[in-house]
Amino acid sequence: MTVLEVKDLKKRFGQFYALNGVNFELSEGEIFGFIGPNGAGKSTTIRILLGILKATEGSAKIFGKDAWNDAVEIHKRIAYVPGDVNLWPNLTGGEVIDLLVKLRGGKSRKRDRERYIERFELDPTKKCRTYSKGNRQKVALVAAFSSDADLYIFDEPTSGLDPLMEQVFQECVTEAKHEGKSVLLSSHILSEVEKLCDRVGIIRQGEMVETGTLSELRHLTRTNLLVETKEPIDSLYQLPGVYDISVNGKAVSFQVDTEKLDAVMKHISPFGIVKLESAPPTLEDLFMRYYGNERKQAAGGDS
Amino acid sequence: MLRSMTKHTGSLAKFMLRRDRIRIPLWLIGLTFFTFIVPLAFDQMYESQHERSALAETMNNPAMIAMVGHGNLDNYTTGAMTAHNMLLMTAVVVGLMNILLVIRHTRADEEDGRLELLRSLPVGRLANLNAALAVLIGTNILLALIIGFGLYALNIESMDLEGSLLYGAALGGAGLVFAGAAAVFAQLSENSRSATGYSIAVLLIAYLMRAVGDVSNDALSLLSPLGWVTRTEAYSNNVWQPVLLLLIISIVLFILANYFNAIRDLGAGFIPAKPGKRNASPLLQNPLGLAFRLQRTGMIAWGIGMFVLGISYGSVMGDLESFFEGNEMLEQMLIGVEGYSLTEQFIPMLMLVMSILATVPPVMAMMKLISEEKKHRVEHLLARTVSRTKLIGSYVLLAVINGFVMISLAAIGLWSAADAVMEDGFSFSAIYGAALAYYPAMLVMIGGAVFLIGCLPKLTGVIWFYIAYSFIVLYLGGLFQFPEWVGKLSPFGYIPQLPIESLEPLPVFFLLMIALFLSAFGFKGYRMRDIEG
Ligand SMILES: Nc1ncnc2c1ncn2[C@@H]1O[C@H](COP(=O)(O)OP(=O)(O)O)[C@@H](O)[C@H]1O
Ligand SMILES: [Mg+2]
Repeated sequence: MTVLEVKDLKKRFGQFYALNGVNFELSEGEIFGFIGPNGAGKSTTIRILLGILKATEGSAKIFGKDAWNDAVEIHKRIAYVPGDVNLWPNLTGGEVIDLLVKLRGGKSRKRDRERYIERFELDPTKKCRTYSKGNRQKVALVAAFSSDADLYIFDEPTSGLDPLMEQVFQECVTEAKHEGKSVLLSSHILSEVEKLCDRVGIIRQGEMVETGTLSELRHLTRTNLLVETKEPIDSLYQLPGVYDISVNGKAVSFQVDTEKLDAVMKHISPFGIVKLESAPPTLEDLFMRYYGNERKQAAGGDS
Repeated sequence: MLRSMTKHTGSLAKFMLRRDRIRIPLWLIGLTFFTFIVPLAFDQMYESQHERSALAETMNNPAMIAMVGHGNLDNYTTGAMTAHNMLLMTAVVVGLMNILLVIRHTRADEEDGRLELLRSLPVGRLANLNAALAVLIGTNILLALIIGFGLYALNIESMDLEGSLLYGAALGGAGLVFAGAAAVFAQLSENSRSATGYSIAVLLIAYLMRAVGDVSNDALSLLSPLGWVTRTEAYSNNVWQPVLLLLIISIVLFILANYFNAIRDLGAGFIPAKPGKRNASPLLQNPLGLAFRLQRTGMIAWGIGMFVLGISYGSVMGDLESFFEGNEMLEQMLIGVEGYSLTEQFIPMLMLVMSILATVPPVMAMMKLISEEKKHRVEHLLARTVSRTKLIGSYVLLAVINGFVMISLAAIGLWSAADAVMEDGFSFSAIYGAALAYYPAMLVMIGGAVFLIGCLPKLTGVIWFYIAYSFIVLYLGGLFQFPEWVGKLSPFGYIPQLPIESLEPLPVFFLLMIALFLSAFGFKGYRMRDIEG
């Protein structure tokens, strides 16, 4: 079942299109990673999904309802954590958590509140003015996880957390998934997305450039190979789909387009393979291919 | 030992002066400006001794004594008048300046970790505190001298050199006492907010002790540094001992602060910060409760302010008639009406001032919604099950109640003080009715704020200009004799002058309709637009 559906979403600020055709879907029980460089339009998309901004064109639906018109109805089943959490300086963390859980309506899981406060090591008796960025984020995370939501929306939720707390966050998301919840996770921390997400979408300059499962997207990228052979490999440079060759004694390392892997391996084996190491493409590589292009274009379009 | 503890005090003090090279001069300019302008104005407004004695009469009641203390009412010269009306209030402001500056350079720097940076250098443990104290000693001496010689230079007959210097010295002395108190609290308290809070509490208690003491029991007033300030009797008997006392106490406080600083760790205090609430009270758990909670302190302060304003207006009612005689400026502003006493004719003008002032807190309550939006906090609510209508509705409800409470408090204050000082007081309903007559105009202003927030969120500041316009045009309109339509551009221009005129239902109806329409558009706009923050 589709939980969230975004079609041809456009958003204009003045003359500037912050979103220019964003499409993706999120099925029930799925964790969707939403990645892109700063300013790509992740937060804008999420804020349209929350009914805080009004879409210029296109549609955004959650639970089959319109994100703008049925905002309140939808929000009964959503928990949201913004990337930059601003809280009321004169309220304590505990008060804010209660307020936020209560304002979501629906069932609140009081017992869980204490459990999550403990897991995130938060002192709820301190005023929010004394909290660091990470602590403010913890307040929002505790409020989100102790609400009984069906869809969790996180906008770069771990940017202020230390590695231990990041770990706790990932555990909490995984638990939510096991309970059958759906998650939309925007991030630029690729390892996090790689660990957690079933599917990812890459957004760049307001456009969704790729969506798919991680393995689907890996087809689009290159595998890193390190090969040592008895005899030097002939005419490696002429092979299609081979890049970035560097020779180090008898060892050669290079990148191969994933769909050319078979042909390349057949070409190499006659030279007597002594050692073979292959590293799967990381999301980082994938990301850098798009991001790198963008930078080149920005620098004068000589790509 | 002491030398090494205070190493680099001088360079730190220089550094503080550099950081405050705008702030301190601004304080000094502000304080001296108001100190100089008042005697000049008094000298112009009350030219003859007869007029001044008439004013002295109106000051001789418990409400005024509680507010400004005792003065030399028997020989009410311009100098005595200035010392009576201004010295105490100015001392409170000077105290506030000292508190803010001391905390800023001590506990606030410590809390933000800047002091740690300095202490890692070869800088003495007590250097920062003493540098701050040195800066404030210099500031207070400068203030005392500028005000002392400045007042004398105004060349007003009754303001001689000794009185002027005493006036300045009393202010500087009071300033040093509160600088000392703040320095002590900066050591005792763990964070700068509560250090400021405790120091301001001491300032207020000193003021209240003096107020109660001056009215009922002199001994109480003699325990308050602010009580000593008024007992200098500048421009009358010129008593210097209170200044000496102020200096002694401030030195004791300075030593105490140094002692506490020497025996504690960096970042530590003696009064532990008490943990806040672990859970939200049921009242807080909805948008209206949150909106109220965020503004509670400010609203209470405004409420007290409006009530005190009412009281101070009311307390002069008794002797108002004698006060008016011979004051051309006020006579010009009040149109004479047959059959009503001048006091009654004065009521509408007071009501106008009070109602426009009472419009400020409810409009601020509305504007809070915009500042919450800019700080990205409304999205916490809107991303949950709070609709936009409910959100802005909560703020409107709060503003509407707030306005009603504010104007009511002012009216009640005015009536009760007037009732206490007048032989033949007003009826409560007459005063309260005259005040509430302005409520529809206040609602129009609130409606205007709602409209701007919903439809023109970038221009919300315009409402303040409109309020200021209303005040200038209607309050000073009589004096400058503006054409009538200028006043009619403000909703306050349509309010009948109760009790002299009678209440017309039609303008009230129209004002209410305008308020309603503005709000309706505001609600609609707020539902349609992007939330920017
Ligand atoms: N209220 C706004 N007015 C004008 N431009 C905006 C506004 N909000 C976002 N933008 C612009 O839209 C683009 C996308 O921003 P955002 O969605 O915050 O990116 P991301 O979250 O992916 O970093 C950026 O170029 C940003 O400057
Ligand atoms: Mg963002």
